[in-house]
Amino acid sequence: METGKHVMRQISIFSENRPGRLAAIAHALGEEKINILAFSIAEANGFGVVRVLVDQPEKAHEKLLSLGFNTAFTDVIAVKMKDQPGGLYDVAKILGDSGVNIEYSYAYSGKEGAVLILRVDHVDDAIKRIKSSGAALLERSVFH
Amino acid sequence: MHYGAERIGVTVLPTSVGNTERQIDLMQDLGATAIACTPSYLLHIGEVAEKMGVNIQKDTKLRTGILGAEPWTEGMRARMEEWLGIKAFDIYGTSELSGPMFTECSEQKGVHIWSDLALVEVIDPNSGEPLEPGERGELTITILQKEALSMIRYRIGDISVLDDEVCACGRTHPRIQRIQGRVDDMLIIRGINVFPSQIEYALMAIPDVGQHFQIVVDRKGALDDLLVRFELNKEAFSNKINDLMLIRQNVEHRLRISLNVNVDVELLEPGSLPRFEGKSKKVIDRRAL
Repeated sequence: METGKHVMRQISIFSENRPGRLAAIAHALGEEKINILAFSIAEANGFGVVRVLVDQPEKAHEKLLSLGFNTAFTDVIAVKMKDQPGGLYDVAKILGDSGVNIEYSYAYSGKEGAVLILRVDHVDDAIKRIKSSGAALLERSVFH
Repeated sequence: MHYGAERIGVTVLPTSVGNTERQIDLMQDLGATAIACTPSYLLHIGEVAEKMGVNIQKDTKLRTGILGAEPWTEGMRARMEEWLGIKAFDIYGTSELSGPMFTECSEQKGVHIWSDLALVEVIDPNSGEPLEPGERGELTITILQKEALSMIRYRIGDISVLDDEVCACGRTHPRIQRIQGRVDDMLIIRGINVFPSQIEYALMAIPDVGQHFQIVVDRKGALDDLLVRFELNKEAFSNKINDLMLIRQNVEHRLRISLNVNVDVELLEPGSLPRFEGKSKKVIDRRAL
């Protein structure tokens, strides 16, 4: 099974926990006409990690690097969920039953339904199990 | 100090720092009348006692504090004496020679130097020449009776003034006035000497740490608080919060081992600390004496 087309390139950005940092990141991406499709902020004591899925990851990465941000690419997957009660359970159960561990996750709910972005320990395994269970994964081309 | 006190018939409880509630219990149980510690630790004891519902004035027999190992002021003395109902005496010394060496008399007007035991001079730190009594300069000490490890005109690095007038207590031994600062950049954190260069040395051995750092010293309640802020190395970032937490723990651990004092650390983005042309200002000391 070809799994590569389902692997998304998420950009993770290290950020201090103080006013204006998210604005600085968002401004940089806006200036380059980069669209943010999904994002989350993870917070620890005194700092955070901003994670974004964008339409032009390479360009975003370069821009942020040039401004001095610590950024890294991370492979994630995006699973379509039913936008109704129990939708998240269906996806989570597939992964749980397969012994795939979720490191972190965030979701969005748009016009075309709900999508769960997942960072998991075994990407290929997760993709195979999700597909064989009948759930749908977004393709990379949807984002970038 | 411990054995000197025993020599004059004092019962000594070498409790060291920490476990403050227990120290307050012991003070009450055993009727302690005097305490020797840093002034900031005595302030901390006072605060902890209040939280425990213990009134040092009424519930203990404490009446004397022998306080030193860090700079403190007359203002702090007045506050502590009033608050805790004690007489607070300044004590001075240096661990290179024998730890606490000299203390104040009942007049509390400066630390008497036993001048038959030690020759104390105040010198110009630049020329090394002795200054007149009353002039401000660097303290040097020669211990006249020390054998084996004799130190001659040992430069302590503390800045003070020598007063050779006869004291109201009748003693002719000269007195040194309150320590007014340091000739170097040494910091005293909870009674422990810390040089910024030690911090730099420890940080630069850790690959995750970038080139720039800042040391912030503050006082939380009564205790000194040391915060080291450093920029993350560009290559260090892995995107996992957990890895970043491990970096922080590792840096805290390394600094604690090398400085022997607890340090908080803060991870910063590259480029967020001020850059300096010429001499950098790495230390921010917010402690108000």
